[in-house]
Amino acid sequence: MEPIINWHSFFFLFFALVTCCFAVAVVVAGNVVRMACYLVVSLGAVSGLFFLAGADFVGAMQLMIYVGGTMVLLVFGVMLTAKGPFVSLETGAGNWILAVLIGGSLVAILVQTLVSVDDWFGPEGRRHEVAHTTDGNHAVDAMHGAPSEAIETKTGKSDTGAHTATPIGLGLLGVRVDKLSQENERLRGGMSGYLLPFEIVSVHLLVVLIGAAYLARARRRGSEISEKDLSAELRKEN
Amino acid sequence: MDQLTESLSRLLPNLLTQPVGLTHYLLVGSVLFVTGILCMATKRNVLGVLMGIELVLNGANVNFVAFASPVLRADGQNAIGLDGHLIAMFVIILAAAEAAVALAIALNYYNNHATVDVDQGDELKG
Repeated sequence: MEPIINWHSFFFLFFALVTCCFAVAVVVAGNVVRMACYLVVSLGAVSGLFFLAGADFVGAMQLMIYVGGTMVLLVFGVMLTAKGPFVSLETGAGNWILAVLIGGSLVAILVQTLVSVDDWFGPEGRRHEVAHTTDGNHAVDAMHGAPSEAIETKTGKSDTGAHTATPIGLGLLGVRVDKLSQENERLRGGMSGYLLPFEIVSVHLLVVLIGAAYLARARRRGSEISEKDLSAELRKEN
Repeated sequence: MDQLTESLSRLLPNLLTQPVGLTHYLLVGSVLFVTGILCMATKRNVLGVLMGIELVLNGANVNFVAFASPVLRADGQNAIGLDGHLIAMFVIILAAAEAAVALAIALNYYNNHATVDVDQGDELKG
């Protein structure tokens, strides 16, 4: 009997291979712009690994902060320290075809997902000719399209899949909802949330912003020469 | 040595049919970490060194998130849970802050030495 593919393992293997191969490509590449592009792909694949391990909030933050922020910063750095003129900015036909293929498949996946929820089709939901077998309370009312159908909810919460965002948010405010009861007195001392590190990191980010803005400020050419003259005069006086 | 080869040979077969475990995630984390260290050590471009730092921090993050998941290990109740996610969040935040300052330093280095080659910065100047 042929074993069925475990899709979780398949996607883990895919993301792990992409991560490791593109990380090695960062080391091997000679051109710094290519290194930055390979690093972006590697970090995006790491975000996929996070999602597969159940860390949905951390995976989303990885995409936003790393791929959307830090890498843009690095590309800016590469641009500002570039030696020669840039090459031509024309996009080749092959790149266009590949982009349309990938974009088209992504649109197809998104559209297929969002039309699959019946409740989102308007205040009355989507009317079906065939009675649902899973929702017994909707089966007969669907034909009449009664407005109460939209208000009537199915039993059980709808699972959006974002299981760690709320506990992380509450943990950052000092409430550890995942460890609500702890009998051991000694362990309970460590059950406080992450409020203090949160505040420390906030101040740290403020300091870093100010420091980086000061360090990277635009200087007039005259000020550099005057600093050298100043230090030369100080040495002559001593 | 025999135990090492035996453990490695247990990882390879049925990669597509068996559930993935903590060991697989730790392997990816270690590859990222070592690759980052190699990048930091061998690159002459200062921005290449910064990319190595990012790789190292991401390797550590993969480890933290893997230890936080209770389904990746046989003794699921020993997983560190939300602590791993929060530590990974703080590492991401601090890495972004450090990348900003390091890029400001790199820009200053470029403005003063007219090159991004770190091998050229071998004299202490007043």
